[in-house]
Amino acid sequence: MSHKLSEFVARSATSLPEALSLLAEPADADRGPWRPLAGGTDLMVTLAAGTLPVGRYVDIWPLDELRGITVTDESVEIGALTTYTDIRLHPLLAKEFPLLGLAAKETGAIAIQNRGTLGGNIANASPAADTPPALLAYDAELELLSRSGPRTVPYSRFHSGYKQMDRRPDELITKVRLKRTPSDAPGHTVHYYRKVGTRAAQAISKVCFAAFARVEGHRLLNVRLGLGSVAPIPLRCTRTESVLLSAPLDEPLIRRAEATLAYEISPIDDVRSTSPYRRRVTLNLLREMLSRCQVRSDST
Amino acid sequence: MKLTLTVNGTERTCDVHPLARLLDVLRRDLQLPGTKEGCGEGECGACSVFVDGKLVNSCLVPALQVAGRDVQTIEGVAPSTELLDRVQEAFLKHGGAQCGICTPGMILAAKALLAEHPQPTMAEMREGLAGNLCRCTGYTKIFDSVLAAVAKTEAEGQP
Repeated sequence: MSHKLSEFVARSATSLPEALSLLAEPADADRGPWRPLAGGTDLMVTLAAGTLPVGRYVDIWPLDELRGITVTDESVEIGALTTYTDIRLHPLLAKEFPLLGLAAKETGAIAIQNRGTLGGNIANASPAADTPPALLAYDAELELLSRSGPRTVPYSRFHSGYKQMDRRPDELITKVRLKRTPSDAPGHTVHYYRKVGTRAAQAISKVCFAAFARVEGHRLLNVRLGLGSVAPIPLRCTRTESVLLSAPLDEPLIRRAEATLAYEISPIDDVRSTSPYRRRVTLNLLREMLSRCQVRSDST
Repeated sequence: MKLTLTVNGTERTCDVHPLARLLDVLRRDLQLPGTKEGCGEGECGACSVFVDGKLVNSCLVPALQVAGRDVQTIEGVAPSTELLDRVQEAFLKHGGAQCGICTPGMILAAKALLAEHPQPTMAEMREGLAGNLCRCTGYTKIFDSVLAAVAKTEAEGQP
């Protein structure tokens, strides 16, 4: 370990106002601002590896008001400290937002799923994380809270660069909001999630592809694509979406969508895979996702 | 910080850094070396313990998050020094343990699995134990051991 543990300051918050007060304190000359610590499944790894910045950490794990899933007629709100296990076991999420449960199931294994949180996964800002593509496909909103009040940010605009995000040091991600679709919406829906990695459990993805589509006949009425591990950030592919909405879904349109997607992504070579492999797999997954849209439209 | 927590039913107190790993608190400060360190980064499951009844990787849990919590380690699994838990017994009898480093975590993961799925399918068993790596057995004898524990539970009609 390159840093001594004794250089780190950490304490548990006993209330949300206390946590927000700490986060609002000016940055310390040596240790910077207070930073939130949730389930620890990412932070403790970097601490052990010696790559966690020396600093002051406020443990928010005790704050039960940040846990749980609230359903209203219009939306589902998931508290930032909700674990992958909580997400996996929630029946309404499984029915209306199945990509989230699929992503949670492929994150780590049981012991990680019991501790890893949705808010932590977002704030860790890894482009290879498993839940962000699903959140992008559902056009989630984040609520951030500071002592000056709450602020809502569309998740598709939250990440701005590698590990960079639209969160001030005094803000805490408190919830993720998903808009529910009215049951009389036209057409039918396709939810697609596929993580390509060395194995289902534990492995970090080479490519992760999440998509939500609303299909009527041979046309996509709506489509949202969220991709992981193919760009510096979890990537919403809006240009490809526009192409897919522009005409009936046929082979020429699929080819145009592939060409656009190839342009939108910017995968790199790293320890887990290569850029050409990621590029090829991403386009294959697009085709697989669209074939599900076609199968469904042919059968109706 | 002065840390007070319950370990295997007994209240324990020690003086640790708030970000010390629960794994080190158990092994070093509380002299409970049954919990093993494998990878130290949440990949292998050797350090699995229960916190408030939930399976966790103790290498990723900072000490301050277990203040006042209930921790169960492999040392707390057997009902007495003379009697083993049925999962432990099955691992012994069916060759589920070889070098032994993964065994404490594997047994706790198996107990977590059986608590949720008393009669697990092969898929449920593979998923429940997916976070625990074993480099000796090839897993077959581990699966055999878990199934033997299930069979014994059924035969004796005990939960």
